[in-house]
Amino acid sequence: MPVRFLKRLGQFRPVIFIATLIALWQVVIRQVPGQLLPGPLQVLRGMRDLLQHGLILKYIVASLFRVTWGFLLALITAVPLGLTVGWYRRGEMALNPLVQLLRPISPLAWIPIAILWFGVGDLSAIFLIFVGCFFPLLLTAMSAVHNIPAVYVNVGRNFGLPPAAFVLRVLYPAVAPRLILASRITLGLAWLVVVAAEMIAVNSGLGFLIIDARNAGNRYDLVVAGMIIIGIIGLLLDQAMRALERVKSFRWGYSEE
Amino acid sequence: MAAEATIPLSSRKAKLQMRDVSFAFERDGKSIPVLDKISLDIGDGEFVCVVGPSGCGKSTLLNVMAGFLSPTTGMVAINGETVRRPDPRRIMVFQDHGVFPWLTVEGNIEFGISGLSTAERKERVAHYVQMVRLQGFEHTYPPDLSGGMKQRLQVARALAMNPDVLYLDEPFGALDAITRVMMRSELLRIWQAERRTIIFVTHDVDEAVQLADRIVVLSSRPARIQDVHSVDIPHPRNISSSGYLQHRDDLLQKIGLAYSA
Amino acid sequence: MTTLAKPSVWEKFFWPLLTAVLLLAAWKYSVKWSGTQVFPSPASVETGMLELLRHHVLWADIADSLRRVAFGFGTAALLGIPLGLVLGWYPAMHQVFNPVIQLLRPISPIAWIPIAIVLFGIGDHAATFLIFLGAFFPIVVACAGGVSGVPVIYRRTARNFGLRPAQILARVVFPAALPQILIGLRIALGIAWLVVVAAEMIAVDSGLGFLVIDSRNSGKRYDLVVAAMLMIGLIGLALDTAFRRLEKIRSVRWGFRDEY
Repeated sequence: MPVRFLKRLGQFRPVIFIATLIALWQVVIRQVPGQLLPGPLQVLRGMRDLLQHGLILKYIVASLFRVTWGFLLALITAVPLGLTVGWYRRGEMALNPLVQLLRPISPLAWIPIAILWFGVGDLSAIFLIFVGCFFPLLLTAMSAVHNIPAVYVNVGRNFGLPPAAFVLRVLYPAVAPRLILASRITLGLAWLVVVAAEMIAVNSGLGFLIIDARNAGNRYDLVVAGMIIIGIIGLLLDQAMRALERVKSFRWGYSEE
Repeated sequence: MAAEATIPLSSRKAKLQMRDVSFAFERDGKSIPVLDKISLDIGDGEFVCVVGPSGCGKSTLLNVMAGFLSPTTGMVAINGETVRRPDPRRIMVFQDHGVFPWLTVEGNIEFGISGLSTAERKERVAHYVQMVRLQGFEHTYPPDLSGGMKQRLQVARALAMNPDVLYLDEPFGALDAITRVMMRSELLRIWQAERRTIIFVTHDVDEAVQLADRIVVLSSRPARIQDVHSVDIPHPRNISSSGYLQHRDDLLQKIGLAYSA
Repeated sequence: MTTLAKPSVWEKFFWPLLTAVLLLAAWKYSVKWSGTQVFPSPASVETGMLELLRHHVLWADIADSLRRVAFGFGTAALLGIPLGLVLGWYPAMHQVFNPVIQLLRPISPIAWIPIAIVLFGIGDHAATFLIFLGAFFPIVVACAGGVSGVPVIYRRTARNFGLRPAQILARVVFPAALPQILIGLRIALGIAWLVVVAAEMIAVDSGLGFLVIDSRNSGKRYDLVVAAMLMIGLIGLALDTAFRRLEKIRSVRWGFRDEY
């Protein structure tokens, strides 16, 4: 009996840990009176305020809308380009240095150009996310093709597949696991970028909520509430992408993990 | 030397002909010879094993025959037609990792025959699943199969194409001893039932003596044909009979010579 | 696996050069033909770059950005590596910490700006704190993953040879996990470089990120914007290349067979 009880308790350890952290947070905030930063209770109230106004849902939708379009546009352009270029070694030689040069530029540094081209608004934010996702996806697609085991390519040639069938039935399934893994990581990146972009380039969305709550009246309870919502949604996106990795015909690619 | 090693046509009609085939790899601007003027004829429906010291170029020879590599000089012809690229009429069974992990057993066997009607395809899959004894695993993915099952699946996928030549590149090399013995008798059973031409690369002399009509012994690199050894014992071969042991000892001796050559 | 014959040495330089020339030409002529007054041509970016260099603004900004990255990334590595090792070594600890890490990780470091400003005021410390946040979680996750991914047989071998737990960690688990840890550090350094530029656009008034936003806001000097962006790219590339050098060291090279 006590063993089973301890095991049960073990399952709740993360919960207990989080509860301890929150309690600690409350205690520290209490120690410093006149503090700008909110305690957990204030954050909870802030969260309730946000929900009551209904604004939060609109902002969540706005952020998700931008992420979806920016990410999808990057996916449908970068993956075919990367697969094609990666297949031809000379193509990879030609493109790789350029990609390596552009990749370390923070997507946010593109803000002036985004605003110049697309004005202040959704299109700019989508462009920034696109820029943030495009280069990582391109590099992954290139390296995934590069690293297909030669034996799969040989089997495809042996069975006399025409080019289109070869791409569809050998090339694509062979690179799919790595592409899915990269998509998950890149979607996480897109979520980081959208929040940052919304703090500068637009006036809606979760990032805007945070900067606006601070600038218009130092409502730090709303700042922290917004951050927690951002964390939860990011986590959910990650979990949804992980579900893809469990599809049977992809699962072989993750056996080592 | 090379001319002496040329093998006269066997009594059967020649299926595959190799004439003075040499092959060299390019590495760091240097040319490394692997095959040296190999000439060989293989008859229709014949079971030929290729043996030789490890790293001598057995697999390269098979890859040249199958059209994955082009010979530096010389030519390979099948039914009088020069081999220039891999062809679905001749299927290779690779050493390992050859089955597609993203397809089920059924999907792998169907891989090459998607042009057939559904009914015909189902029938063929069922036939070969049974032949390689994978019943009940039709919807299993390769990571959940044992090594022996994966190799049987590769053989089934190859046979489902109805190829006239089957190339096997040390297909049982990575399997445990018991599974290997079983796989050999399965392959023999299939060969006797369907009478395809089989070219089988192995480093295992016992395997060669048990399976082959003729055994081609290669020298160490660059590989030449050291000897061609006919095994005239009828199947099933009794591995403790004196005739069998005699063949095995002869062969071991020749490979021993190959090592010192 | 090759689809064509092996490329020769000259092609290694020829193809990238060709791309660069084509791209510059496309850029130049699309600026010319579209008749834009704002977007700079390659030539004006070059002039802008030279101007920045002459006035020594660029060097000061580069130094500021690099200093922030060095402190933020350094602190993240110093705290993140030990935490990651511990989490990878004790599954129970991992179970406890993981939900918190997973929840905090998707929050953009930039979203911490209001809090960073309250805690540290506007200035270097706030920016360094943001970089720390951006680099810390990837480092922890990579180290934990590296340690828990060490094959069981290595640990058993170590126990078999009579090593004590501390020795196992130092002599077997750490070297075995090192390739993974280095990859994690390199990726975290890349993130730190992304974050510093973003942070400098909002929270401080120096550095390459500030140069980008300031060039635009004070007089729409898009030639300077693009010049600063190129500089950011070049330095980021240099950091990445320098770090990859570490991965070529003999004792870790086995772990990078098909890393890109």
